Amino acid sequence: MAEARSNALSVCNVVKVFGSGPGAVTALNDVSVNIEANEFFTLLGPSGCGKTTLLRLTAGFEQPTGGEIFLFGEEIENLPPHHRPVNTVFQHYALFPHMTVTENIGFGLKMLKWNASDIQARVSETLALVKMEAFATRKPAQMSGGQQQRIALARALAPRPKVLLLDEPLSALDLKLRQAMRQELKTLQRETGITFIFVTHDQEEALTMSDRIAVMSEGQIQQIGAPLDIYERPLNRFVADFIGDTNFITARIAAISGSKATCTAGGGLSFSTPMVGEHSKGDTVTLALRPEKIKLKAATARAKGSATIANATYLGTDTTYEIALTRDVMVTARDQNIAAGMGRFNAGDRVSLEFAAGSARMLTD
Amino acid sequence: MKRQRKGFVLGHYPGMNLWTALFFVYLYAPMLVLVVYAFNDSDRAQIWRGFSTRWFYKAFANDSIQDAAINSLIIAVCATVVATTLATLAALAMARTGEFKGRSATLGLISLPLVVPEIATAVATLSFFAVIGFQLGLLSIIVAHTVFCIPFAFLPIRARLEGMNDTLEQAAGDLYANEWQTFRHITLPLLMPGIVAGAMLSFIISIDDFIITLMVSGAGATTLPLYIYGMIRQGITPEVNVISTVMLGISIVFISAYWFMTKGDDHTTTH
Amino acid sequence: MVVIGIFMVLPMMILVVFSFLEADPYGGVEPVFSLEAYIQILYEIDFDDTVVFNPIYLNIIARSVGLALVATFGCLILGFPVAYFITRQSPRNQNMLLYLITLPFWTNLLIRTYSWILILAKNGVVEQPLLALGIIDDSLGMMYTNGAIAIGLIYTYLPLMVLPIYASLEKLDFRLVEAAHDLYAGRLKVMREIIVPLAMPGIIAGCILVFVPSLGAFIAPDLLGGGKKLMLGSLIQLQFSSSRNWPFGSAIAVCLLALVMISLTIQARSAGKRRAMEG
Repeated sequence: MAEARSNALSVCNVVKVFGSGPGAVTALNDVSVNIEANEFFTLLGPSGCGKTTLLRLTAGFEQPTGGEIFLFGEEIENLPPHHRPVNTVFQHYALFPHMTVTENIGFGLKMLKWNASDIQARVSETLALVKMEAFATRKPAQMSGGQQQRIALARALAPRPKVLLLDEPLSALDLKLRQAMRQELKTLQRETGITFIFVTHDQEEALTMSDRIAVMSEGQIQQIGAPLDIYERPLNRFVADFIGDTNFITARIAAISGSKATCTAGGGLSFSTPMVGEHSKGDTVTLALRPEKIKLKAATARAKGSATIANATYLGTDTTYEIALTRDVMVTARDQNIAAGMGRFNAGDRVSLEFAAGSARMLTD
Repeated sequence: MKRQRKGFVLGHYPGMNLWTALFFVYLYAPMLVLVVYAFNDSDRAQIWRGFSTRWFYKAFANDSIQDAAINSLIIAVCATVVATTLATLAALAMARTGEFKGRSATLGLISLPLVVPEIATAVATLSFFAVIGFQLGLLSIIVAHTVFCIPFAFLPIRARLEGMNDTLEQAAGDLYANEWQTFRHITLPLLMPGIVAGAMLSFIISIDDFIITLMVSGAGATTLPLYIYGMIRQGITPEVNVISTVMLGISIVFISAYWFMTKGDDHTTTH
Repeated sequence: MVVIGIFMVLPMMILVVFSFLEADPYGGVEPVFSLEAYIQILYEIDFDDTVVFNPIYLNIIARSVGLALVATFGCLILGFPVAYFITRQSPRNQNMLLYLITLPFWTNLLIRTYSWILILAKNGVVEQPLLALGIIDDSLGMMYTNGAIAIGLIYTYLPLMVLPIYASLEKLDFRLVEAAHDLYAGRLKVMREIIVPLAMPGIIAGCILVFVPSLGAFIAPDLLGGGKKLMLGSLIQLQFSSSRNWPFGSAIAVCLLALVMISLTIQARSAGKRRAMEG
């Protein structure tokens, strides 16, 4: 497998079934993904989508029912966790309660039979990396959640794993701390050059930190791409819906020219989008249109293509408007509050809608 | 689907299944042997001669065994009733008074017989009876058993009481029940499973007790365990196997009932 | 509460008082202060009133402590893997296994010990087939040995070891085991560095719970040791019955209680230290 060798981690056709018989649950259904060296890769999805299972298979806590996993070209899916040069940062830290911070961080090195002075040096270095030098002699129970989180990170980084697995490491922290840690994790990843595989259900976390994101649902990967791709060019309804807010618009293909299509929808709307999948003229497709891509202009009641604002919600930075295009087609638009005040429009106002070419995306389903 | 691969299973240690199996053999084989030997045809208890139920008839027809069994029952019933009542009162008193000075000392006191070797309790009780000039006999055994049974009755009752929500009692008070009515209609019914569990433990402890009984029984007051001990010491007929099997059966029935009654009720299983 | 106090504490106090009195040769005590009972543990008073060191009772104490230690370690070695095994089962099976472990403990101790006579005795369950098959020609003489007593003690107190260890292993966060494996610890290292240290409160509690009653055991040494291999429990019983030396029996009982208190204090100390350590 030449392709597998060039990647930090290659997951090939992995299947994981828990239990057997009629009660069996398929957690991963034929998942394949390649993660490059030095990448900050995020597995994003709702709970139960299989992202944590994929992480646990990589760490070695579970064995796949089928498929292969390669780490820098070496097949690892049958190796026990302690023979894999991979370390994990656990969701609830899993620090050893009977050991000090120093002992916790040095544990992996001790198991790798490093000598004491090397362990000491590496522990100090790692403590400095996570800015926790002052806590070396503490026990886990004597520290706050955020401090424990840093120690858990240090413990997993100390043996310099080839791949670091992070299982929702920020989910137990409060908002401010979480935001600060995002930046720090990203910096750490760049400084150490270690491949990070990060599991989260938080789209903001995924978008801000990742080089690439795999969006997962129901045991399958829905889309893999850079944050920009995932947000701007969602492949299907699930991805468009899970990340950010989206208007789903049912439209008809009016014309196809090369890889572009022109689609029309109720209320006299017309969109130019790239073609996705096998469709021909006259087919009905679903388009995704982000609310902030819609520009609103005041219009007179008679103006062609204008619509009525049904509802306005003030959100601070923005105001969202629900706009009735026809009696049963509604779209949501988001308008930044540049001027002081509650927003530019009120319920009942007539507006006309504008959007840049390519801002609507045709979905595969 | 591919077959399940045989990989590394976390937390599994090779041989631990076999070890556990052997452990249970060790735990149950002696009891099984005893039951089998109750059907021994031989005149000597320890040497197997062939299958027979004849010793069952002999044992049940034996007058001294019957007397001993009746003594055991009288003692166990009396000790159980008194110990359970006292334990219930103690548990209630403790719950009512809440945190008081010496609370943990009292708790320690009640559980004293659980940690002190039984022989020490036995001779201490004997000395106590000697000092107050208490006549040794059936009554002295009952008193000694009662004291020894209290902690066993106390633990499940207290556990039940601690798990109980006192807003229920407040609600009853709110609905015009006086203190006695509240106790009669709310507290007692809720406490019942704990009391029954405590009573069952007391009964088993009393009927099985040997060492304390040995020390504080006078002449003439023989219980089943004392009778069995005598038989073992005297060189033995399979009669002893028969009585032992019957007593084993009684204990198992009681304990199983206790276990499955308190199962799912986490409060009574923790001390 | 007062009733309980009277019947539980008073007898113990009387026992202490008795141990400082003189023996009545017809049983009971004479109300005369004397340290003789304690002296008798170590020394023998000859007919000509010379005091001679007498190791007989010291030997019995040593044998009791020794056998109790053997029983404790035997229970630990037998019981720990089983306690661990149980925690790895489904909750339903855990409950069932705990029931099976608890059950024998509540059955009659005398009967359970007696059943070992059937097994170990001359011509018993073990020897009979071996003799019949000609593997052995003569009795193995398994009864009335320290080994027989140890088997009986282990058998009697095994559940007291398994249950507290189970209780602390059951609270063990299994993610710690995963974390240790993740950090390159193999199975044995995980056991030594993570599982055993975190189960330590249960292990200590189990050891105390086995050690204390083993020390004062009466039935096992009496039935399986044939009354010849005396332990503290049987010695005390003897003094209060056929030997009719109540003060001496009381003195030994007081020594036994002292040993019990010492081991309980050690346990409380280590538990307290642990709590302080883990914050």
